[in-house]
Amino acid sequence: MSRVVRVAGGQGFWGDWPEAPRRQVEGGPIDYLMLDYLAEVTMSILQKQKERDPAMGYARDFVGAMESVLTAVADRGVKVIANAGGVNPEGCAAAVQAMAERAGRAGALRIGIVTGDNLLPRLEELLASGHELRNMDTGEPLSLVRDRVIAANAYIGSTAIVEALAKGANVVITGRSTDTALTMAPLRHEFGWGAADWDRLAAGIIAGHIIECGAQCSGGNCLHDWRDIPNLADVGYPIVEGSADGTFVVTKHAGTGGRVSVQTVSEQLVYEMGDPHAYITPDVVADFTSIRLEPAGADRVRVHGIKGAPATDKLKVSIAYRSGYKAVGSLVYAWPDALEKAQLADRVLRERLDRLGLKFEKVLSEFVGASATHGPLAGDAGRQAPEVQYRIGVRDADKKKVERFTREIVPLVLNGPPSVTGFAGGRPKVEEIVAYWPALVDKTVVQTRVEVR
Amino acid sequence: MRVRLLDIAHARSGDKGDTANVGVIALRPEWYAVLERHLTRDRVARHFAGVIEGGVDRFELPNLNALNFLLHGALDGGGTLSLKTDAQGKVYSTALLRMELEVPDDEARAARLPAAP
Repeated sequence: MSRVVRVAGGQGFWGDWPEAPRRQVEGGPIDYLMLDYLAEVTMSILQKQKERDPAMGYARDFVGAMESVLTAVADRGVKVIANAGGVNPEGCAAAVQAMAERAGRAGALRIGIVTGDNLLPRLEELLASGHELRNMDTGEPLSLVRDRVIAANAYIGSTAIVEALAKGANVVITGRSTDTALTMAPLRHEFGWGAADWDRLAAGIIAGHIIECGAQCSGGNCLHDWRDIPNLADVGYPIVEGSADGTFVVTKHAGTGGRVSVQTVSEQLVYEMGDPHAYITPDVVADFTSIRLEPAGADRVRVHGIKGAPATDKLKVSIAYRSGYKAVGSLVYAWPDALEKAQLADRVLRERLDRLGLKFEKVLSEFVGASATHGPLAGDAGRQAPEVQYRIGVRDADKKKVERFTREIVPLVLNGPPSVTGFAGGRPKVEEIVAYWPALVDKTVVQTRVEVR
Repeated sequence: MRVRLLDIAHARSGDKGDTANVGVIALRPEWYAVLERHLTRDRVARHFAGVIEGGVDRFELPNLNALNFLLHGALDGGGTLSLKTDAQGKVYSTALLRMELEVPDDEARAARLPAAP
């Protein structure tokens, strides 16, 4: 009989459904709960929070999630793996520890902390020793924006998480590990897959890719047959049932809403995909053209046939830097001729900005309800819309100019085209832009550390 | 015969920096060949002309009955920089499904494709 290891996905990003982790541990048997909190922009938000308060810099939702699954971890042996550590895994671990102490269950947690991904304190050393950290998209050297960098983290793979599990951790907190490693690590740990077992490692990565966005593979945000997907209010989050040979089944707890089908899983597989022949991770290069999906019962999809290739000698580095300011404001115009009124408002506002001598790096006007998401492809669809939202944004290095812009929108309510509403929010707020700089660094540069408390 | 992509495929999209990806999946396995033949890189580039600033790449995944397109320069700089409502390219999927394909009548009949209304 082949043993099955169940890895459940309980969060797809920081801000995902607070109910999901508890529902995953209470809805049926699972072995591991995987919680993914990080997106490209999340690290820089966390870095800003840490600058304001050195105890912060992690996904605070994780403490509440841990509280909701504490009994399952303590009494039923469910293990939790999360990249909630952000830019402060130690701070995150301390907060979880404090929560467990308050609950009188601190002795039941053995927390593994994975660090080493944070390259911010080492940037000078790296640049000085010839690591240019060129932008992967534009080819420009990092020196161009060096003085504005606020976060730099290498995406680390599964090895350090496996090490933490081997040392007896039942909760593993990482910084910027890849989303997929959080699922692959427990499978690799349980089945003893080797560091060069490329096909099985690729299978683990693809299992991770399928469940890393929470319910997006189990009926959430699914276009196929969306009207007929049952009971989204009670949507079940996904579970991978992994086997030693690298095959796995994607499913969800019985009695939950949503759907796991070849179609829902296929939509998730193509999500945020580049070249499907080479999905590059720190552990392995996975080939998405080798994946075979087949129905295996109600809300069950079997995944097999996966091929992998040796990993590269680089790690991706996610660098965040300050890049000027932006503000976006909007007004709503009502029928009749809502679109024409909104278009006139746009001409009036732009003329006023011109007269003020305000030139921006970028000005973008959109007409929500007519053409905002599909642009000219929408054709005449918005011509007779019952209402159209006029939305205008500006971007510039000069904060003062952006601030001046924010005072020009609301006056249109009384001195622009008629039948206007939707200005209750008042002036739009100026936001500092944190831009993203993807780069590569030699693997040998990054040393992960594992501590189990 | 004219065929709406919406009637023969489903799709999902997302972002990679300033690039949006759109994965298009045939609603029936036998319709994948139609997509592969007619939903060409050039056809998609023409569809998005004036909407995106860069080129288009196409990749085939016959195992999933799917094609993956990369639309470069689609997101006004991408992520946090973008001023767009759809800053992360989440609905480029349905923008692509607006397309109509011209499929030779005998091929359309053999594959039982639904005609555009």
